[in-house]
Amino acid sequence: MKKILVGLCLMMASGSLMAGSKVIATGGATNIEGNSGGGIVPWASINGYSSSDEWSLNTFAGRVGVDDFTLNSFGVGASFNNQWELSLARQTLDLDTIGGELRQDILGIKYKVAGELLYTAMPQISVGVQFKKNRDFALPAAVGAGDDSGYEVYVAATKVFFDAVAGRNLLLNATVRSTDAHQTGLLGFGGQGVARELMFESSAVLLLNYNLALGTEFKQKPNQLGFADEQHWRDLFAAWFINKNASVVLGYVDLGDIAGLTEQTGFYLSVEGTW
Amino acid sequence: MVKYLLLLATLVLTACQHSPETPLYQRLGGEAGVEKIVDGVLYGIEHDQSIVHHFADTDVPRFRRLLIEQFCELSGGPCKYTGVSMQESHTGFQITQAHFDALVNHLITAMQQQQVPVEAQNEFLAMLAPMYKDVVYR
Repeated sequence: MKKILVGLCLMMASGSLMAGSKVIATGGATNIEGNSGGGIVPWASINGYSSSDEWSLNTFAGRVGVDDFTLNSFGVGASFNNQWELSLARQTLDLDTIGGELRQDILGIKYKVAGELLYTAMPQISVGVQFKKNRDFALPAAVGAGDDSGYEVYVAATKVFFDAVAGRNLLLNATVRSTDAHQTGLLGFGGQGVARELMFESSAVLLLNYNLALGTEFKQKPNQLGFADEQHWRDLFAAWFINKNASVVLGYVDLGDIAGLTEQTGFYLSVEGTW
Repeated sequence: MVKYLLLLATLVLTACQHSPETPLYQRLGGEAGVEKIVDGVLYGIEHDQSIVHHFADTDVPRFRRLLIEQFCELSGGPCKYTGVSMQESHTGFQITQAHFDALVNHLITAMQQQQVPVEAQNEFLAMLAPMYKDVVYR
């Protein structure tokens, strides 16, 4: 929490530092895995505000607090040419009721293949790869995970429709992810009888104006560890793009059952700085 | 069932009656509003080192007149754009996505300064955004 507050203060104080040419909010927020997206879904958008031949850097800190778990994540990223995005994130899942913690690192690369979020009839389409590595594997191994590392490949299509709902712009996103991760990798990867599966994720975001947006997301999840059911995730969020250097996302999340503890719901707070 | 259909029909008709709302041109502020938006865009260009060089050889009064005509005609105002096509006027200028983004930012700033309602801004941006393909990397 302290990290989030310190980050927010720094960004508020930063005023209008250098930022790229892209239109405000078009870099998206940074999701819990460290890449440009909503709260839990990666989008085709490229993080930050670097347009053609421009660079940008970003950093984020986020916290998800549900009934029996707390997930803290933070990370850094760099983008170039509104085409390449590189990100590094560290997640710590505190098992508040069970005791202990599960940590993992995520290295992400995203490449824009086609389309322009605002300007083409075709949605912006990006492909991404995430390499994930557990830093705590005793518990995942004990519950049946086979590997302490894994990779996920995803394709995302995202488009902003101008003047779509009550004169407001609407962002729609669809993502397909290939994964063999359990609980996004926090409970490890693979294992006996575990297959790589394709999962569907989606987001709908209404941009109330240039700075405020309301969104909802759905994240389909596999359910391949025998010891406990894993369920799909959902969220509702409000995003505030203060300026091209700072944004805040506040959300409500429904993570379903986790490790046998049922109906995990709670709040999500994330702050991001971009330069 | 019949009652339900009647209700639905009434709702649809009511909705349709509301749809011919104030034309976009009026919501942009009419003649004076469009002129101020164009002047705002020109001010933005003039103070933007990243794109001002594209206008080094531009006849600014003529460019201003054509831009007013174009914005007026696009938004349903009583004007006729007398310039050449977007593609023709931008070919060879090596306009990049960053340049286009910069111009969009100046247009948004100009509309915000004129306090154009966000619905009207979005409707106008929806008309301009597809010009990207005729302007950039030509």
